[in-house]
Amino acid sequence: MSPIPSAAASSRIHPAATSPDLLRNFCIIAHIDHGKSTLADRMLQLTGVVDARAMRAQYLDRMDIERERGITIKSQAVRMPWGVDDQAYALNMIDTPGHVDFTYEVSRSLAACEGAVLLVDAAQGIEAQTLANLYLALENDLTIIPVLNKIDLPAAQPEKYAEELAKLIGGEPEDCLKVSGKTGVGVEALLDRIVELVPPPTGDADAPARAMIFDSVYDTYRGVVTYVRVVDGNLNPRERISMMSTKATHELLEIGVISPEPVPTKGLGVGEVGYLITGVKDVRQSKVGDTVTNAGKPAAEALGGYSDPKPMVFSGLYPIDGTDYPVLRDALDKLKLNDAALNYEPETSVALGFGFRVGFLGLLHLEIIRERLEREFDLDLISTAPNVVYEVSLEDKSVVTVTNPSEFPSGKIGEVREPIVKATILAPSEFIGAIMELSQSKRGELQGMDYLSEDRVELRYVLPMAEIVFDFFDQLKSRTRGYASLDYEPIGDQTADLVKVDILLQGETVDAFSAIVHKDKAYAYGVMMTGKLRELIPRQQFEVPIQAAIGARVIARETIRAIRKDVLAKCYGGDITRKRKLLEKQKEGKKRMKTIGRVDVPQEAFIAALSSDAAGSSGGKDAKDAKKK
Amino acid sequence: MSPALPDGDDAPDDGALPASVVAGADERAFGVYLHVPFCTVRCGYCDFNTYTATELGGGASQASYADTALQEVTLAQRVLAESGLPRREVSTVFVGGGTPTVLAADDLVRMLGGIRDAWGLADDAEVTTEANPDSVTPQSLAALAAGGFTRVSFGMQSAVPHVLATLERTHDPRRIPDVVRWARDAGLDVSVDLIYGTPGESLDDWRASLESALATGVDHVSAYALVVEQGTKMAVQVRRGELTLPDGDDQAAKYELADELLTAAGLHWYEVSNWSRTPQTVCRHNLAYWRGDDWWGIGPGAHSHVGGVRWWNVKHPRAYASRLEAGLSPAAGREVVDAEAATLERLMLHVRLSGGMPVDEVPAENRTALAGLVADGLVDGRALLVDRRVLLTLRGRLLADLVVRTLAGFGD
Repeated sequence: MSPIPSAAASSRIHPAATSPDLLRNFCIIAHIDHGKSTLADRMLQLTGVVDARAMRAQYLDRMDIERERGITIKSQAVRMPWGVDDQAYALNMIDTPGHVDFTYEVSRSLAACEGAVLLVDAAQGIEAQTLANLYLALENDLTIIPVLNKIDLPAAQPEKYAEELAKLIGGEPEDCLKVSGKTGVGVEALLDRIVELVPPPTGDADAPARAMIFDSVYDTYRGVVTYVRVVDGNLNPRERISMMSTKATHELLEIGVISPEPVPTKGLGVGEVGYLITGVKDVRQSKVGDTVTNAGKPAAEALGGYSDPKPMVFSGLYPIDGTDYPVLRDALDKLKLNDAALNYEPETSVALGFGFRVGFLGLLHLEIIRERLEREFDLDLISTAPNVVYEVSLEDKSVVTVTNPSEFPSGKIGEVREPIVKATILAPSEFIGAIMELSQSKRGELQGMDYLSEDRVELRYVLPMAEIVFDFFDQLKSRTRGYASLDYEPIGDQTADLVKVDILLQGETVDAFSAIVHKDKAYAYGVMMTGKLRELIPRQQFEVPIQAAIGARVIARETIRAIRKDVLAKCYGGDITRKRKLLEKQKEGKKRMKTIGRVDVPQEAFIAALSSDAAGSSGGKDAKDAKKK
Repeated sequence: MSPALPDGDDAPDDGALPASVVAGADERAFGVYLHVPFCTVRCGYCDFNTYTATELGGGASQASYADTALQEVTLAQRVLAESGLPRREVSTVFVGGGTPTVLAADDLVRMLGGIRDAWGLADDAEVTTEANPDSVTPQSLAALAAGGFTRVSFGMQSAVPHVLATLERTHDPRRIPDVVRWARDAGLDVSVDLIYGTPGESLDDWRASLESALATGVDHVSAYALVVEQGTKMAVQVRRGELTLPDGDDQAAKYELADELLTAAGLHWYEVSNWSRTPQTVCRHNLAYWRGDDWWGIGPGAHSHVGGVRWWNVKHPRAYASRLEAGLSPAAGREVVDAEAATLERLMLHVRLSGGMPVDEVPAENRTALAGLVADGLVDGRALLVDRRVLLTLRGRLLADLVVRTLAGFGD
């Protein structure tokens, strides 16, 4: 039979009535630009769920920002029919986010699958983040199907990388499938291989329902759409369901599968993947990782592994125009509906006015939220340099949690603890020296090193997270000409010799510029920041000293000399209108100044001074494209 | 090229003024500005509305320009009479350019005659023409004096050949003492214009220019920092890196030197860029601009102000001439200055004067800023406390725009 099952054959794979034996739940693990979305597009076409006419590039990436950046932020699940040897199967493809910031979501997606396609660019080899997700998949006992993509590229070296993959996951290099998502070569064989190798789900069809939430998306028209994988039992339309972590119950308004648009079904049976709509308006009421059960016949025990996402990186977000504060608040409230990991509190800065201190999963998360706020809500924002969370013990043994450098306690401090990460760096071996030098300068400790192949190496470091958040990734890219890839995961904290460096303008602390840095880096930070500000702040009618200080001790100083001339020499008949209009225009410009003490600081100066390379560096497709030859 | 005309409202074809111009007219002097849009060469820094062709066609040609301008005088007389304004004698006339003296002295005198016929000239009227040191002779200056001119302002700019060369000024600086002497012999008051901050000009070059201007014994000096306007040849040279502009600090140092040398020679500042030996030798026509008096600007691109209405003529002499020939007002656009704009105008103009500005003209809510300006040394504390006037210090003159922005409450 044709790979696309006939109507008769399809009748055996109706959702809610499919034997688990005929189900295959899998995901695709891939680095950010290794072609996952293109491969997924091709699968949608080959299985007939999207015809060529309706096809658009990266079908599954719904948000504009996803399609533009070529990354998937929120995962999705698509049901596809596929026939092998006269037997129709239902394949559920769960599209996972590729970035380290969303590791928790990745792990939930993996938990919804029995198999994973490990997709690697045949011209580039495996990358650090892929490796991290591969390890996650192996920990989840997933069956791994290694696949080399983009074999149509002239630079492809499938033999070399097949060997690398075989080394990593075991097996023979020949087991590695070679496909091109672009041309479609090998994709049918891959679908066959999924049916052949991915184990069908197992579960107790007669037990009380247990379904794991692996994604939860707010939709303006439908409210929250919750994606679940049924582990035991079944869920049916119109029944009441219960969230096991919160005990909250909701009526099931709609249940169905995505193929690739939502299709309501008569329910979801054991092993099935689909969506639920209950009418709740906030993704927090339907949390990723939680277990859904029947309210009437609840399961005794939730599925394991649920945890609340924890913000790792904080940044202050301020509207450039102070009157936009309510708009920013509403915008954050809206984004929060769709992002359980986003949290924020109002914050006031002497320098920047009213804003929010926002917690993020990581830098990419920060960047995406910021961009969505600016794009979707038309806001102009200043974001302060991102920082991690510090635990500061005072002499009286009390502990202060610092999420904003300006809150760093002054006076006697017992101990400061900072978060650390385990970082994995993959790079061509010629860069080992450069990477070691960089990591050492960032207070990293080498944990181990392995050769993946003759000329590719994996280095493992423990690094302070603050260093990663600052400019580690940028530096890594520039020192390895873009060839290195980085993955990291938080592993705890450590004590460190940290100090708060304040920046003073004319003797007044500018809270937005305060930073917590290692004692050995304080001077360099002070010199860098005072120097930067001297260039950025226009000369005033008086001399403006800029100082960097630790407590009362000044460690760096620059001076902005007083301006000497600000007058138009000629002002005769015809100049009057021209000059008045010029002044009126300057008045508008002046509105974009913040006054600190008596010093006028243009918004641009804040933006430029705060865009310490960190904020714009975390990844996205652009950043990674650097390595393409 | 010349500075673009401002954006404004459409001007009526008949030039009619709104009734609002009448209020307070008795307290405002009335002057006439007459623009001569011709030069023999265009200087690289110049963005004025001027043309070097002698034949622009029709009434725009140099030969027929006086007649064309006189058509606007006739129009102006009618419009003012019909607006309900009282008939006022002309207290000042200023002929500028361009280079007015590329026209024959006879033409200049004939245009002045038209103005006299239209409104009458006050007995003590000040009648100035700008002049290029190259384009005057003892005879032409005597003819101007005989025809009613009282004052001449020479475009000296610099005494240093390499500075003049950069400015593309073609006159011989050695002529300056001569032309000043001829003018004084003819009975004319004399002023010279200087430019500082030209690319390549050293502080000593500037000192030399000031000293040589003072050596002529003139009673009036205007000194302007060079401004490179978009669209000029010099702007292109700067963009290409062929010329390097001095920075604001250099210009400030030169301004301070000018003030020092001019003051020592007995010339006192009465406006940011103007110094005069006595209160009688100031340029009253220019003071009228800063005080908000009325004036009619004749000629292409000329600006006028009457009772809170500002307007400006079409720029090209050809368009100007054809509008007048068709019996239409040559105005290209105008604006009625509203109360808020008028406050800002008064601030930016009055603060430039050595008489200072009454504190009452500063909007009440911004007066608290004065203390800071005194503390920073920009505003004279004594004049503020004793005379209740905002008077700029030497530093304050160099930062006059900053003072205006502060007193206008920008940034609040």
